[in-house]
Amino acid sequence: MALLSKKDTNLITDPLADNNPITIQVLGICSALAITAELKASLVMAVSVMFVLGAGNVVISLMRNIIPSKIRIIVQLIVVATLVIIVDQVLKAFAYELSKTLAVFVGLIITNCIIMGRFEAFALANGPWRSFLDGIGNSLGYGVILIIVGFFRELLGSGTLFGIPVLGDPIEKTGLYATGYENNGFMIIPPAALIVVGIIIWVQRSRNPALVEEN
Amino acid sequence: MSLKSKLHELKLKYQGKKMAPAFNAFHTFLFSPDETTHAGGTHVKSADDLKRTMNTVIMALVPVLIFSMFNAGYQHYSAINGFPADFSLMNDFLTWDNFWIGIIKVLPLVVVSYAVGLIVEFIFAVIKGHEVEEGYLVTGMLVPLIVPVDTPLWMLSVAVVFGVVIGKEVFGGTGMNILNPALTIRAFLFFAYPTWMSGDKVWVYGARERSEEILAGANVDAISGETILGYLAQNKGAEMTYSVSDMFFGFIPGSVGETSAFLILLGGLFLIFTKIASWRIMVSAVIGSLVMGLIFNQVVDFGWVGESSKFYGLMSFDFWKHLIVGGLAFGIVYMATDPVTGSQTNKGKWYYGFFIGFISVMIRVFNPAYPEGVFLAILLMNVFAPTIDHYVVRGNIKRRMNRLKNATIYPKDSDGKAEELKAETV
Repeated sequence: MALLSKKDTNLITDPLADNNPITIQVLGICSALAITAELKASLVMAVSVMFVLGAGNVVISLMRNIIPSKIRIIVQLIVVATLVIIVDQVLKAFAYELSKTLAVFVGLIITNCIIMGRFEAFALANGPWRSFLDGIGNSLGYGVILIIVGFFRELLGSGTLFGIPVLGDPIEKTGLYATGYENNGFMIIPPAALIVVGIIIWVQRSRNPALVEEN
Repeated sequence: MSLKSKLHELKLKYQGKKMAPAFNAFHTFLFSPDETTHAGGTHVKSADDLKRTMNTVIMALVPVLIFSMFNAGYQHYSAINGFPADFSLMNDFLTWDNFWIGIIKVLPLVVVSYAVGLIVEFIFAVIKGHEVEEGYLVTGMLVPLIVPVDTPLWMLSVAVVFGVVIGKEVFGGTGMNILNPALTIRAFLFFAYPTWMSGDKVWVYGARERSEEILAGANVDAISGETILGYLAQNKGAEMTYSVSDMFFGFIPGSVGETSAFLILLGGLFLIFTKIASWRIMVSAVIGSLVMGLIFNQVVDFGWVGESSKFYGLMSFDFWKHLIVGGLAFGIVYMATDPVTGSQTNKGKWYYGFFIGFISVMIRVFNPAYPEGVFLAILLMNVFAPTIDHYVVRGNIKRRMNRLKNATIYPKDSDGKAEELKAETV
């Protein structure tokens, strides 16, 4: 027997493509704009969200039958806040420099629409295993976009990937910089992320016209 | 067999194929096609099609372009040898030496801008299966005129691709864009490569190379190519040697084509008389900039801003001089009047233009990084143009609804006039 049934596999694969939280549902845009100037920050953000959403979905799913529906938002917030604080503290302990780059945005995972959205839409109505898969799937879908955006913004904006110069050294003027290449400052500022996400949405919808909304 | 009929045959041969729009574009660009609307169809009698509109704007731009080619050389040699003490137009300005600098520095910008832009247009036309749109004809001419003369060609190409794709094609091509493509290109360059777009080393050909040579230890004089706004932003207005007529006729450093307010004025009048551009936008933008300039002048007169303030230089600049330095005149005449991205209603055009002038001068004074704001102001108002139109239209509907509410509508049953009217009509 396969590890995952077909239905369960879809929980992971759907958000990667045709039901992507960022490009299709247009959730979680704020953090995609703010922290994708560097690939490393994007990756850490993706992993953090994966932890929070995966664990949070399981917790909410386990509690789903005992949460009074009138106060469910408060309960959800407490669960997210707890998990986010764990992530924040871990980052501060083991990757202090990085946590300074991410600054307030780790804390702002609490307000990431994807998380509350999945709690409401999925975890409250499904068992823990399926909720876990759903959480992982959605955070993967989120992370993929973050990493694509981070890749292009860091490569074109600073000429580096994970902080390693790949387009030649701008100070020593080797590689491309010697021939007059300049870093594209536009890619560093947040509007560039909006445009890169826009281009991803454009490519995705022209490959699959079924995704295009009707006017 | 003539070229025209050859192209016509090619066009027929490729009809319905993927490359058809490309051949079609060449054919209709070079010649007027033989096909006419079939009998009984719609007859368009005006020859003022998009292509002619575009060509008229280009005609208005040609004097500016030629002037800018001379000016590129004039600024270059003046920066090296000093400004001629006894300026004569024929001996110091309209010389072959000056023009040659224009040919090697300005012409490549024009060629690259057109080549890259049209390639992008062709690709999109082929993908979409549409005819090639003429929208790039004007943009391609505007772009080289609003960048510094030392802009590297690859940088221009990157910006043109970005501007045409993100600024225009994603919205559906010519006529559907919300932002002026030429200004999108300029804004992209400004944010992407700020060191090439601002400062005192980019406006005069050779200044950057000179400063690099000096860094390397060469014994030459540095070229100062500061723009007038640049001087003022650093409160160094007193060091400026340019006279008002220099500013008006354009013998000053600046972006390639923006310097000559005189030729831009002529171009503007030409566009107004050919009814291509809206005089409402131009007039209201001039008023807007004068108003903002006057406000700043008054603030200085009242003593609220002292000479020690970093805004003093630009704030104390005579309000009307804002129109003849920097890109304000060029922006007002050629950019703000873009019929696609501007306001469509007559009343809206007044607001739209006014705020362009008003905000341009405001950004000029308060922008700490770069003492110019015309392109930002126009882009901002481009975004607001549909909102302005919306409220103008709503206002009109509301006014007429009120009129309808208060109107007495005949014939009324109880009114004696009803009977009169009936008697008259029957």
